Amino acid sequence: MSTVDLEAVTTPAVATRQGRAVLRRFLRNPLAVIASLVFLAIVLSAVFALWLAPYGANFTKLALVTAPPGEEFLLGGDGAGRDVLSRLIYAGQLTLAGSFLTVLVAAGLGVSTGLIAGYFGGWFDRFGGWMANFLIVLPGTIVLVAMFTLIGPNIIITMVVLGVLIAPNFFRLVRNLVISVRNELYVDAARVSGLSDGRIISRHILSVVRAPIIIMAASVWGIAIVVQAGLEFIGLGDPTTPTWGSMLLDAYNNIYIGRHLLLPPGLMIGLTVGALILIGNGLRDALNGEEAIMVAPRQRVKDTARAAVAVPSVPEALLEVHGLSVGYAGRDGSTKTVVRSVGFTIARGEILGLVGESGSGKTQTALSVLRLLPEGGMVTGGGIWLEGQNLAGFSDAQMQAIRGRRIGYIPQEPMSNLDPLFRVGSQLCEPLQVVGGLSRQEARDKALALLERVGIADPHRVFMSYPHQISGGMAQRVLIAGALSCDPDLLIADEPTTALDVTVQAEILDLIRDLQAERNLGVLMVTHNFGVVADLCDRVAVMRGGEIVELGPVNDIFARPQHDYTRTLLASTLEDAPVRPPLVPRPPRQQSAGAEA
Amino acid sequence: MSTIATTNLLEVDELTVHYGKFQALKGVSVTLAPGETLGLVGESGSGKSTLGRAVLGLAEVSSGSIRYLGREISRLDRAGRRALSREIQVVFQDPYTSLNAMLSVGDILVEPLLVQGTNGAKARERVQELLDQVRLPSDAATRLPREFSGGQRQRIAIARALAINPQLIVCDEPVSALDLSTQARVIDLFIEIQERTGVAYLFISHDLAVVRAISHRVAVMSGGKIVEQGPADQVTSAPKDDYTRRLLMAAPVPDPIAQAERRRARLAQAGKVPA
Repeated sequence: MSTVDLEAVTTPAVATRQGRAVLRRFLRNPLAVIASLVFLAIVLSAVFALWLAPYGANFTKLALVTAPPGEEFLLGGDGAGRDVLSRLIYAGQLTLAGSFLTVLVAAGLGVSTGLIAGYFGGWFDRFGGWMANFLIVLPGTIVLVAMFTLIGPNIIITMVVLGVLIAPNFFRLVRNLVISVRNELYVDAARVSGLSDGRIISRHILSVVRAPIIIMAASVWGIAIVVQAGLEFIGLGDPTTPTWGSMLLDAYNNIYIGRHLLLPPGLMIGLTVGALILIGNGLRDALNGEEAIMVAPRQRVKDTARAAVAVPSVPEALLEVHGLSVGYAGRDGSTKTVVRSVGFTIARGEILGLVGESGSGKTQTALSVLRLLPEGGMVTGGGIWLEGQNLAGFSDAQMQAIRGRRIGYIPQEPMSNLDPLFRVGSQLCEPLQVVGGLSRQEARDKALALLERVGIADPHRVFMSYPHQISGGMAQRVLIAGALSCDPDLLIADEPTTALDVTVQAEILDLIRDLQAERNLGVLMVTHNFGVVADLCDRVAVMRGGEIVELGPVNDIFARPQHDYTRTLLASTLEDAPVRPPLVPRPPRQQSAGAEA
Repeated sequence: MSTIATTNLLEVDELTVHYGKFQALKGVSVTLAPGETLGLVGESGSGKSTLGRAVLGLAEVSSGSIRYLGREISRLDRAGRRALSREIQVVFQDPYTSLNAMLSVGDILVEPLLVQGTNGAKARERVQELLDQVRLPSDAATRLPREFSGGQRQRIAIARALAINPQLIVCDEPVSALDLSTQARVIDLFIEIQERTGVAYLFISHDLAVVRAISHRVAVMSGGKIVEQGPADQVTSAPKDDYTRRLLMAAPVPDPIAQAERRRARLAQAGKVPA
């Protein structure tokens, strides 16, 4: 198998484009830019210390021992008569290099083992996890102090050991990230393409873990500087080479005669660590992409729109939606309209289907009626009336009561709408007690009766179950029971059967039909499935691009669709698609041994 | 490697697969001829996706055999699998997670080509051909997956599967996440590609109507077993097995009058009085 360097032939345009976008966002963050400049200045001053420092690191002038800042020694002299400024600049070398060594060791060790443990799992993962736990519980400073007594002052070895002690942080981060992407479909697809594990890791997995590693490295660097300074401060350093920590120690020894000596190394450590943290934060924000979205107040109805249609045109309708528009506030302050002048009515005992493809605005319309639009969404025009009452006039608290008592809601994903931490029974009883005002026993009896009514064979068992112990179909029945618990007049069902198997879907549709007839409910049925519409609905509204293009009785729309879009959609249904002509037998192509294109 | 002359591309025989203690496949046997589509239909937990993953080498086989052109492939090592990857490819359900969001469409399509040793210039040429085949604009190669709609992303996934001219593509619910009108167009694309290239599909779906539209033969799965197998028209319109019949009756047809009829028949069959 010939190997071609994948990276060499891939189109670099996109990566650069993404990289540029990240850089642009980073540069737009003033704090991060200032921190980067400060850090860069510190690094450069250490690198060019030989030219920048006015004196050598160990140049001594006895007359200037603990001298205050003056003309000759700009920041004064230390306890041995050396220039503080020069030592500060030279000290940056070992401090930065030593702590960077810690970062290299910690990242190198943690990332490589984390990748292997996360990707392959098995004994290595168990062993690695055990080692990580072991290293984390080791008291780091004590280990380093003990080491000092064994091998003497060697800052390089000390920083390497510190790196090993910090490595578990990288190990855990990388391992968990890798596990989360290991089973992504695109990794499976790469496996089917025959990519080796090494290629999959370098191509698909490293790209995901790269950013968090860089961010963690920045903060670990800061930690390493502080730990190193601490060790030097308690005297565990090499006295021949200056570091900020050893300068602190010198300042401490002369605290009564040269108090000013504390300030330069302390400030330097603080400045460097602070800059590293800010750079890390800036990188994280830049990589996460979007700057904070301008938060629009939730569901703010424009007063002008409210005034325009203040009265319902069909007062006897259970629900009337008139000229409804819904918009989302964009980052630049503009509004993106997702529902445009939508109007319909639902009578008591009537099922209206709201059908459309993704992005047609059907769910947004339903959520507006419930006043449950996601963050940033708002009704920008028109009105919603429930039995002649304008819902826009209700406060959020009143709306809350209406959602429980008068409008029931059946969501699309039954499982994600049940709290996994609570038993099904307590989730059903809570609204009955809080909203319905029933006693505990009454609520329990009613919940059990409801579970039985929605076709659950063993209500007691389900009542005592946690959500993960019941099937998806069962969970949807529980949610239907919940929606009915406070005897609503209107039921809003948002794709209630989309996540379910087809045999379960049929049962749930039967259940909704029976309950609707029994309680004379009005139902707003949001769906993309024309079969569901045909099965259940009395009337149907077809939506596209935020607008209703056609609305009418189900039989008419299916038999004589007026709008082109409705016709296209109905023609796309596969139920009466032709079957394939019989297969013409053909010989298989024999498996080729070579690897020609 | 010598291959036995055989009319079947794929032969799965008495295949069982375990996930821990759970037996996902309980002795499944299917065959697939060159250029044929076998539709695998069933509900969640029926084992249909597991069968597809076993053929792809992504699920560990407990017993039974999978033969490709007469050669046993159920226990191949990495190198054997890699050699086979130019023969068997995959299109997954979710067009959002099956494409790496960090790579450009061109990089995604080039990946299987480079694994097979195609050189850079040739690979890029092939990418343009592929984009053309799945009716995507030629500048798509430099763009990121997130710039495309669900249907377009699925076309990218199909192009990736086609890149090295495989003889078999395992399609795991490839149109389930798509809108109705997109679904029909993607199925047309699948059929057109099959007619032109002679590729065979193992087409997995929960939707009887989708399977009916694309398959020559259909196998219905339930509880890790195949309950019925036969020509697409017969299985999807006049099923012999009880479960298949229930599956068929449960799917609502987009016609209020026909659906009312179907509902009555279903409830009568289940012994319930229609409402």
